[in-house]
Amino acid sequence: MTTLYDPARILAALQPAFADLTDRFGSRIQAIEAPRPNEVYLQVQMDLVSGLCAQLYRKWQARLVSVFADDVREAAGVFHVYYVLALDAAQGFFVLRVPLTPEQGKVVSLANALPAVNWQEREIQDLFGIPLGGHPNPRRCALHDDWPEVHPLRKDFDVKTALPPFQGERHKFRKVEGEGVFQVPVGPVHAGIIEPGHFLFSVAGEPVLYLQIRLFYTHKGTEKLFENLPVSHGVRLAESISGDSSFAHATAFCHAIERASGIEAPPRARALRTVCLELERLYNHIADIGAIATDVAFVVANAHAMRLKETVLRLNGQLTGNRLLRGMACPGGVRFDWTTEQIKTISNFVRDLMPEFDSLVTLISESSSTRDRLETTGILTPKTARDLGVTGLAGRASGFNGDLRRDFPHTAYDQVQFTVPVYQEGDVLRRMQVRIDEVRQSLSIIEQVLARLPQGPVQVKVPDLHPGAVALGYVEGWRGEIFHWIRAAGPQRLARCKIKDPSLQNWPALSEAILGNIIPDFPVVNKSFNLSYSGTDR
Amino acid sequence: MFDILRKSLSTGIVTVPFPPPASSPGLRGAPEINFEEWKDARPATAICPTGAIAAEDRNGTRSVTLDLGKCIFCGLCAEADPAIRMTHKTELAMRKRADLCTTAKYALNSQGAQERLLELAGQEYIQGAPSSRSAGRRCSSTPDPRPSSFDSLGSDLQDRIRKTFGRSLHIREVDAGSCNGCEVEIVGLNSPIYDIERFGIHFVASPRHADMLLVTGPVSRNMELALRKTYDAIPEPRLVVAVGACGCSGGIFGQNYASLGGVDRVLPVDVYVPGCPPTPLALLQGILLAIGKGCQMPKNQVNR
Ligand code: SF4
Repeated sequence: MTTLYDPARILAALQPAFADLTDRFGSRIQAIEAPRPNEVYLQVQMDLVSGLCAQLYRKWQARLVSVFADDVREAAGVFHVYYVLALDAAQGFFVLRVPLTPEQGKVVSLANALPAVNWQEREIQDLFGIPLGGHPNPRRCALHDDWPEVHPLRKDFDVKTALPPFQGERHKFRKVEGEGVFQVPVGPVHAGIIEPGHFLFSVAGEPVLYLQIRLFYTHKGTEKLFENLPVSHGVRLAESISGDSSFAHATAFCHAIERASGIEAPPRARALRTVCLELERLYNHIADIGAIATDVAFVVANAHAMRLKETVLRLNGQLTGNRLLRGMACPGGVRFDWTTEQIKTISNFVRDLMPEFDSLVTLISESSSTRDRLETTGILTPKTARDLGVTGLAGRASGFNGDLRRDFPHTAYDQVQFTVPVYQEGDVLRRMQVRIDEVRQSLSIIEQVLARLPQGPVQVKVPDLHPGAVALGYVEGWRGEIFHWIRAAGPQRLARCKIKDPSLQNWPALSEAILGNIIPDFPVVNKSFNLSYSGTDR
Repeated sequence: MFDILRKSLSTGIVTVPFPPPASSPGLRGAPEINFEEWKDARPATAICPTGAIAAEDRNGTRSVTLDLGKCIFCGLCAEADPAIRMTHKTELAMRKRADLCTTAKYALNSQGAQERLLELAGQEYIQGAPSSRSAGRRCSSTPDPRPSSFDSLGSDLQDRIRKTFGRSLHIREVDAGSCNGCEVEIVGLNSPIYDIERFGIHFVASPRHADMLLVTGPVSRNMELALRKTYDAIPEPRLVVAVGACGCSGGIFGQNYASLGGVDRVLPVDVYVPGCPPTPLALLQGILLAIGKGCQMPKNQVNR
């Protein structure tokens, strides 16, 4: 075992788990690095991964939050496959790093035990061409079936490669057969103003027997574009990973850069970031509450919700110059400070929004027909949610008691009081209720931050990155937990940026939640999750 | 029931007039370059994340283009270069892609800085001044009424489109690969604030019912076929509006192995709506421009 770390540096809360792992697997852990107290890298061989994960899951309640690969063949002659495990109680991460030779390396699937990694493992196969063994469904996912044999995230693949034009759909969906069973294909172009994806329903009469979801229609090479990108351009690209989470993704990216270079944004910047993150949560949650009401034909409520959403977007525009908060984030802090007047505007806004929002909630909750349509619709049971590793607001409506703002606080979340709503029922009503509760919490968080707004600079200079430096950045966006993992190529350039949007993890939950429901309820069930296609497809 | 009514009545009318009385306060719009005084384009081209400011040096001259079809209005160029400032102009839709671009040519000195303006927006400059006053770049203030894809088909078809769609228009929105930022704003057009239905414009569920395709996103390789099929399903005559920096040019994604770039790489486009994302008012302006209502900003004032 090489010891590239100072054991004392590892976060105290992680020490027991760390000691347990070294006790148990000691000699088989090839290297240990702890670039940050809560981010510990363990280099192991592939055959140890399932044992380590099992131990961390069972004994330390870890969650596997991201699985990805990195091409370091040029420097080290191997691919690296990473498994990021979050230990919520210990507020830390173990990252397993597995070197795989290009000739013999093979990813041994964990999908049978952990269905959450299904797409992530297949993505590694598609984008890096590393074979995948033992996967229950090892077909392509990120690159559709008509794609030629290319592996875009290999370093020797040029991002500008012009591929032959798309020839047509060749995907074979699974057959569902039986008396009276029909297939209903929907998409990729949908009826509403939403992103593209294909849903194939198998129905027997009204109820849905099976739903196959096919995504990655909006795959646009985002992770590849990060390769070799200057850090300053990377922030703008991060803002375009999922437009409705522009600020959360950009902040996760900046967080990764800051951790890699060993700095922290100054207190005032962290406070401003917190306000922006909450504003992003506000406009999305309010819009979704309205959209859920529309999908059960309560259009008036939506009209009011859209009106409130617009007030948030306008405030965003006044505070950051962009209605989606774009252009505000930058590594080392934020780009713009706010004047006393602007801060006053926010306080007034929060004060005015509270009664407006309450009245919207009253409107919806007093409509018994609305409640009737939402309750027991699209149930995701806590057990299924746990098995699938569903996170974020969808998880919290199904018993998942986790929120990075509380469990892994940075920005200013350790300085404010808030509660994390958790429900067990897992239906559309509870997913709406989580949003309603969180809107109220958001307003209170903003008030608390503004009441104790630190003075001082909003930006510090980010020192040059060491080539090869790696870091994990994370943010609880409105939808759930967002992770960015970066490896630096040079002082201000990136070699890799892995993006993990919570949608990727949560999509399969939709297939479960819709079972036994009728197709006409699909829009409202889908809306209640409101997952990002672009965040998934990248 | 009464509560619903009471709430609606007490809320009153919230719809914004169109055209709006003033542009939205605080929003970062298009950058504006003081081409006459511009000393060096290189800091701006280096910092611009989308290539919206791009320069090419050849034989001691530099040709620089500001392309609002690529710009995401991030303001980084203005931070890096005193000759650039950010305006509040956000309603910038144009019928021709080329009208979103302004090109200037400079003579360079030995350090590679710009010594003298030679040409701006097709207008020759002699000793830093336009060569002839009457042909100055501000002279053409009448907007070009022809959508580019109909150039060859003659103006009668153009008239027919206006007559056909002038009073009512049905739009099918297609996300051909966007980040969903544009969708956040397009949805807002149906809100009581922007109330697009007051213009007789409706979003419809099927392309068969549509007159116009509103397309967002760089066209991803995986969406190209679906986009073509949707277009083919729309009865003629039909219009296409490309939305956002990505729809106009591919935006920050540009062209790569998975992205074909702007919508016009796949379909004929009638109107381009810049922005990242365009505001609802910018979208309205673009949609109305496509059906011959409203007007575009005189081309040569866009960048000035
Ligand atoms: S504002 Fe536009 S031109 Fe300026 S740096 Fe940003 S994208 Fe480039």
